[in-house]
Amino acid sequence: MREKLIYSLGVIAAVLLARDLYSIFMQLPDEASQGMIYRIIFFHVPAAITAMACSAVACVASILFLVTKNFKHDAIAVASTEVGLAFLAANLVTGSIWGRIIWGIWWTWDARLTSALVCWLLYAGYLMLRRAIEEPAARARISAVFNIFAFADVPIVIFSIKWWRTQHPQPVFWGGGSIDPAMYLTALLNLVALILLGVILTLIRLRQEEVQREIDSIRRYAHAV
Amino acid sequence: MDFFREMWVITRKDLRAELRTKEAINASLAFSLVILVLFSFAFDPTEKETVSMSGGLLWIVFAFAGTLVLNRSFAREVPNDCLDALVAAPISGAALFMGKALANFLLVLAVELVSLPVFGIFYNVHWTSHFWSLMLVLALGTWGLTVIGTIFSALTVNIRLRELMAPLLVYPMLIPALMSAMQLSMDLIAGKPLGGENQIWLRLLVAFDVIFTALSLVLLETVLVG
Amino acid sequence: MTAVAAEGVWKYYGDYPALRDVMLRAEPGTCLALIGRNGAGKTTLLRIIGGFSKAGRGQVRIFGNDPRETQTRRRLGWIGHGISVYDELSAFENLSLFGRLYDLPDPRKAAMEWLERTGLERVKDGLVREFSRGMRQRLAVARAFLHQPSVLLLDEPFTALDDRAIAVLQRLLRDALAEGRTVVMSTHQLREALELATHVALLNRGKTAFQGERTAQMVQDPGWVYAHYGED
Repeated sequence: MREKLIYSLGVIAAVLLARDLYSIFMQLPDEASQGMIYRIIFFHVPAAITAMACSAVACVASILFLVTKNFKHDAIAVASTEVGLAFLAANLVTGSIWGRIIWGIWWTWDARLTSALVCWLLYAGYLMLRRAIEEPAARARISAVFNIFAFADVPIVIFSIKWWRTQHPQPVFWGGGSIDPAMYLTALLNLVALILLGVILTLIRLRQEEVQREIDSIRRYAHAV
Repeated sequence: MDFFREMWVITRKDLRAELRTKEAINASLAFSLVILVLFSFAFDPTEKETVSMSGGLLWIVFAFAGTLVLNRSFAREVPNDCLDALVAAPISGAALFMGKALANFLLVLAVELVSLPVFGIFYNVHWTSHFWSLMLVLALGTWGLTVIGTIFSALTVNIRLRELMAPLLVYPMLIPALMSAMQLSMDLIAGKPLGGENQIWLRLLVAFDVIFTALSLVLLETVLVG
Repeated sequence: MTAVAAEGVWKYYGDYPALRDVMLRAEPGTCLALIGRNGAGKTTLLRIIGGFSKAGRGQVRIFGNDPRETQTRRRLGWIGHGISVYDELSAFENLSLFGRLYDLPDPRKAAMEWLERTGLERVKDGLVREFSRGMRQRLAVARAFLHQPSVLLLDEPFTALDDRAIAVLQRLLRDALAEGRTVVMSTHQLREALELATHVALLNRGKTAFQGERTAQMVQDPGWVYAHYGED
């Protein structure tokens, strides 16, 4: 049943992506000031939004685990965080490429990039923490608490860095910018496609996590006997 | 009232134990002096630039040196299984947390108050122009540092590689608090009083302190017992 | 009211059950010796009873209440594998500290009293880190008994004790039982434990294989319980 869900979501995502890629490369004209490269925005921004959605899901899952002690929620928390981390990395990489093409520099301490980097470090810490705890119940509990702290920190990080940057300006990637209505649809559809991709990856990772737990318990049985 | 009594028993115990051996506080002081010296090689202390960013440097020193004290917080309960005795005792998780946090706060603040004049001398910085405002920032910033350091000390108490893990987790989380403290300190040292543009940083620091103190009070019991 | 009641307790490490449907009861004034091989789950069970970790399924009740409730914690005494006293503090400071943690009316007086009862009054101001092993263990015993707990949970208390400490502990436990307190102790040292025990429970691979009164036969032949109820 889950396989069917994954496949059908995958088909939808693939169709959307195909349509978008066609639209992005074939139909839309080059942007006035930036030329070809602006197209990266169609992936850069949705990646960030998807990452944020993943972190919200992870936080809810962590709270649910602490309340119900059901390991299913722990699996969702780790799967969602890993997928979110991947999307955030994509956001950082696309941002860096964009900066290199437009400004000639690989990195700038622009508010959004800096926030993304700090959030990436926060959640990378979550994965490192999990690695360091072997016992599954303790691992789930401790990392759930950490996840809640990390999620609480995210808005504070974003706001504080944004405010810092208004006081200490750096080259900004795009001036907030309004998107031409012609591009709006494509951007939105790409967002949907990426979110679907996120869901698919999370489901796959979930399955892997469950299998891993089964293997762990079989191993413990084997040791006990 | 029980809460304050329980909290105070824990604070006294931690302070007494630490002041008897002085291991963490000595290491922390030494570390802070070393960093101050090292920074003088990286940034020329006579440059006007350095003076203007010295408030930022100050908080890097405080954060790194402070972590030495904060990591010990729950780690000191591990030998002899003392943590079991604390968990079994009829005190609330919130009181245990606040007791340790308060002891840590006092210890880290002591290190900072010693480091501050040294910093002033090394970098030829006059930090006394807005003394009480600076003390307020010191208190608020140190509390943020303490809260996160203490709760993460509890989180990592039973983990192998505890000494490596805790700092790795703590620093990213502290960035907003450190940023606020740095900005406020830089302004105060440069002679600008609190207020106006600075307000936002002060509010951010207070919000950070309140949110994470609340979260820690609620979650400590969960972290230690489940 | 049953002093200690564990009912249908399961404990999982991941998906592996360390405790499976464990049932345990101890009435006030009795001493229950919890025996079993290494890895049978004795420490796990004791720690759940003591409120140090939570059962996956089932419940534990101390005098009808949850072990984590504050009032219940006041009535519990614990000796685990560690001595749970601070090396950097003196014997007297340690006991006063715990006296205050347990909100005793006169912590310092209670501390002195228990230092005397465990034979440590002469070293009351000595730092624990300078104590011999036996002295450390006697201090651990003083700490556990200090607040006059109604229920004492001891995890392999006789392991690595010297003779003097064993004597002190046995005497204190007998006094406690005479006062109507309850003792649950896990043990490998069958002889010392079975001498004191009124009841015995055997844990085998996470399941309660046997629980009943201690018989003369058990005391004479400590391996009897294992032989009859151990290994399936």
